[in-house]
Amino acid sequence: MKRNLGHTIRSAHEGMTKGDFTAKDLRADYLTKIKNRNPELNAYLSVFDENTLTTKPSTLNPDAMLTGISCAIKDNMLIEGTITTAGSKILENYTAAYDATVISKLKNAGVTFLGKTNLDEFAMGSSTENSAYGPTKNPLDPTRVPGGSSGGSAAAVAGDLAVFALGSDTGGSIRQPAALCGVVGLKPSYGRVSRHGLIAMASSLDQIGPLTKNVEDAAIVLNAIAGHDKFDSTTVPHEVPDFTAGLDGDIKGLRVGVPKEYFGEGLSAEVREKVLEGIEALKNRGAEIIDISLPYSEYALAAYYIVMPCEVSANLARLDGIRYGHSTKNAENLLEVYTKSRAEGFGSEPRRRIMLGAYALSSGYYDAYYLRAQKVRALIRRDFEEAFKNVDVIVGPTSPTTAFKIGDKSSDPLSMYLADIYTVAINLAGVPAISVPCGLGKESNLPVGFQIIGKMFDEATILRAAYVLEQEIND
Amino acid sequence: MLTDKEAKPRIESHGLSSTVVQHIAKLARIELTPDEEDRMKRDLSSILGYIDQLNKVDTDAVEPLYQTTGLVNAMRADEHLNSFPMDERLNERLVGQAPHKSGRYIKVKEVLKAK
Repeated sequence: MKRNLGHTIRSAHEGMTKGDFTAKDLRADYLTKIKNRNPELNAYLSVFDENTLTTKPSTLNPDAMLTGISCAIKDNMLIEGTITTAGSKILENYTAAYDATVISKLKNAGVTFLGKTNLDEFAMGSSTENSAYGPTKNPLDPTRVPGGSSGGSAAAVAGDLAVFALGSDTGGSIRQPAALCGVVGLKPSYGRVSRHGLIAMASSLDQIGPLTKNVEDAAIVLNAIAGHDKFDSTTVPHEVPDFTAGLDGDIKGLRVGVPKEYFGEGLSAEVREKVLEGIEALKNRGAEIIDISLPYSEYALAAYYIVMPCEVSANLARLDGIRYGHSTKNAENLLEVYTKSRAEGFGSEPRRRIMLGAYALSSGYYDAYYLRAQKVRALIRRDFEEAFKNVDVIVGPTSPTTAFKIGDKSSDPLSMYLADIYTVAINLAGVPAISVPCGLGKESNLPVGFQIIGKMFDEATILRAAYVLEQEIND
Repeated sequence: MLTDKEAKPRIESHGLSSTVVQHIAKLARIELTPDEEDRMKRDLSSILGYIDQLNKVDTDAVEPLYQTTGLVNAMRADEHLNSFPMDERLNERLVGQAPHKSGRYIKVKEVLKAK
């Protein structure tokens, strides 16, 4: 039996068009659920009551699927006039001065915002334990992590504290928590969705995407948030297709690549078993399964841990205690304003990554680290380009394990980094990928995520394949 | 004479020294206590040890990849769009959030020392 996750976008939309309930009822219902369950889960950092609500639940437009739908937003995206912390003490009182482009687009679509969700500080982590506001708990087992960094968004969707949520993904931060919480998480192609108003972590890797209860919802939300934006010149001017159009259940002849590197050492037996069953299910529906190799994938995590911290150290340099955010009370001179404000404001993971980036970019080390990592990145990208000459999608596990216990990996940064071993290469290459639940692990009885990777800007095909897999999964 | 390959900078195995960690902390503008410095030394050394494996990849003939969309020179018409009209409210949300200010000005500690 599939777990009932509560309202999807379609079911809520149909309930409202039939007159069973109003957008206001739906919102009130979710606010009650949040009130009851959030003290335990800590999925939300802030909840908007009617008075701070920035958009009124709009009049129902029967053609617009998102009208009146209640959603949650990861607390690193700006909603004008509300606090945006990025999970950090350094931005504890920061009020957004404008709407992120994804927020304006959702407002135009008639979405109402329930609140802002917890995350690892500045989206740095794979468990949401790095949040300065305490960890989020996995709604399926509150002794376990929800994954991260979009753990609050994943927990909100999995615990039915929102119809859907937005997250951001720099190295797996949408897909991995989606996998660990048993929901759908989509990282669009780099350049598909505007990053304007997203608090930047690593600018060449970050993408915003949906966490949803099913594949159709992911397509609906992507329809609403995708597209070129004059405020983000890295968005592409390509036409945005209707991503729901290909959800017809037909994958006959679809060429599915299975990289041997994604099934090696470190992959837990129960995840392996479920993912192989998922591949079998795609085959039974007419897909052609092709063994492939992505030879440079073993270097992806090492390259990522140079490229990402370098960009982090540049992006977080703006937090200096001068213009906004936390400022020390103990500075004797200007330099101490910087060094003490940053020491007091940043938690240990951002500090580590800023330091690592500053080191890798420093005089004498640039060629050895940054340049070399960007060359390895080119090889990783080439792997995907070569593979996609012969296959339409690439599949494998999203995460090597199911949800781990709170505290299990938090003392050793490197072991935490390994949680993203199957997801970081996708960000380095820029291609889109989706995590879709493929059943419960035999040992842990917890959800396993199945990752489907697509060609650049071909979200339509991964959604098509994910939709079929979703139909085939029964637990 | 060094061959081309030998002359290229290589990633060293770590052990970072305290001097290096202090230097990085200064570049990063983050003050560390002695305890934090020890912890940072251990963590960074372990991460850099993992990153060492990039040395195994032959990257000699590879061009680095800095971005993935292939867009070049994304430009727009040089027009005033007035997307964020400045008013008291926006001013308050921008300058108003500075921790130290005087009216509409942001205050900083002295930059040049008086003789």
